[in-house]
Amino acid sequence: MSAVSIRGARKRFGDPDTGTPVLDGIDLDVAAGEFVAIVGASGCGKSTLLHAAAGFERLDAGEVQINGVPVTEPSRRHVYVAQEPSVFPWFTVVENIAFGLRDLAPSEIARRVQEHVALVGLQGFEDAYPYELSGGMKQRLEFARALAVDPAVLLLDEPFGALDAITRLQMRREILRIWIATRTTCVLVTHDVDEACELADRVCVLSPRPARILEILPIALERPRSLDAPEVRDVRSRVYGLLRVDR
Amino acid sequence: MSRIGRVAWSLAGVSLFVAAWAVATRHAPPSGVPGPAATLRGLLDVARSGALVRNVVASVFRVAVGFTLGTLAGVPLGLWIGWHARAHAFFNPVLQALRPISPIAWLPIATLWLGSGDSAAVFLIFLSSFFPIVVAAAAAVRTIDRRYLRAAENFGVHSIALARTVILPASLPQIFTGLRVALGVGWVVVVAAEMLGVTSGLGYQINDARNNLRFDLVVAAMVVIGAIGYMLDGLLRALERRAFVYRSARDGAR
Repeated sequence: MSAVSIRGARKRFGDPDTGTPVLDGIDLDVAAGEFVAIVGASGCGKSTLLHAAAGFERLDAGEVQINGVPVTEPSRRHVYVAQEPSVFPWFTVVENIAFGLRDLAPSEIARRVQEHVALVGLQGFEDAYPYELSGGMKQRLEFARALAVDPAVLLLDEPFGALDAITRLQMRREILRIWIATRTTCVLVTHDVDEACELADRVCVLSPRPARILEILPIALERPRSLDAPEVRDVRSRVYGLLRVDR
Repeated sequence: MSRIGRVAWSLAGVSLFVAAWAVATRHAPPSGVPGPAATLRGLLDVARSGALVRNVVASVFRVAVGFTLGTLAGVPLGLWIGWHARAHAFFNPVLQALRPISPIAWLPIATLWLGSGDSAAVFLIFLSSFFPIVVAAAAAVRTIDRRYLRAAENFGVHSIALARTVILPASLPQIFTGLRVALGVGWVVVVAAEMLGVTSGLGYQINDARNNLRFDLVVAAMVVIGAIGYMLDGLLRALERRAFVYRSARDGAR
């Protein structure tokens, strides 16, 4: 059984019959522990697909299943991380990470918080407020809060889009390190082809709106991997070709 | 600007104002508008007799009670109206139509209902605080960043827990601005409310002193009203800075 299974996903903006089509029948399976990147031009509908998987938006037709259970509403089984950090400015690092754990026993909350502070390397900042953290640290806090609830899948919507170029590269390594440590199933939506090629087991290329899957390209290369490796360069040029970007 | 520079400029401003006041009133007859010196003498008179303390305590007490009641009623109602579109549609027209009515206009009705005395004045302060607070709280909830609500939904946080951990803290800075406005209006209104039916308070002092042609005591009360109003707002601002330390960086210089 796939961790994530998207079947015949269709969606129009506005009216389900006459609105602008956004998703034109998407089928995608993501295995447990897999890292899949979805790339496509801006506005192609990739965020809509992720919102549907998160339960924030309904599809007009088709469905998304997580571990075989259809997604009908937001849930801790599938946590969504966007480019603008949504950590709560009125909570400290520890309080933010504990946010999704309120129904657990206090000792278990403490254990998970400690574990995830360490996982994302925020030791020493436990009692800091988000305004005291850099953009990259805020995003790491976002990952810690998401992973602390032990989700079946992490839905990453351009998670590094708001960061500067250097922090972005550092965060790519960081998310890779975290993924290798936890092997949490990840679906990453991005328009950064390098990002997709550096991180993903498979790169799924979407057409311009309405989105269809043009091709799914596997990269069978250990991570961390070099962007200069022949396999990566090959996939990258094919992705650019599919996106009709001449290089 | 350095701290010393700021204090120096402020002192210069106050001094210039007092000097202009002294110059403008220098040829006034004893029964005319008092200058700073006459006002200070009057102030010392009422301070020594104990009337000043009694009047300040009475006014501050009325504002404190009315403002507290206004906050206790206004914040929850505002949060509720801000959260539920139906409650907003239901209450908003009535609130918006009641809001521009000066609380002073309620004075006849208030005394009709509550008789003269403390309760009528307190009721006017309650009205003065209630509307700015309800409106601020409702607006605050309606402008909460979607990201935070989405995250709460994603982590399965609903109803009371949602209100306590997300809606209230996210709205609190804007609610606090409403509280400052409310306290300011309440302090303005208490003076007018005390001109009828009570025998204490700074408003009473102004009315009573005028009847006795003691204009030095009228102006002395005005000076005290100004100083206390300034202090009350300073108090809330200090509280605001401490409570919302996490906002200071995000909002830049404040």
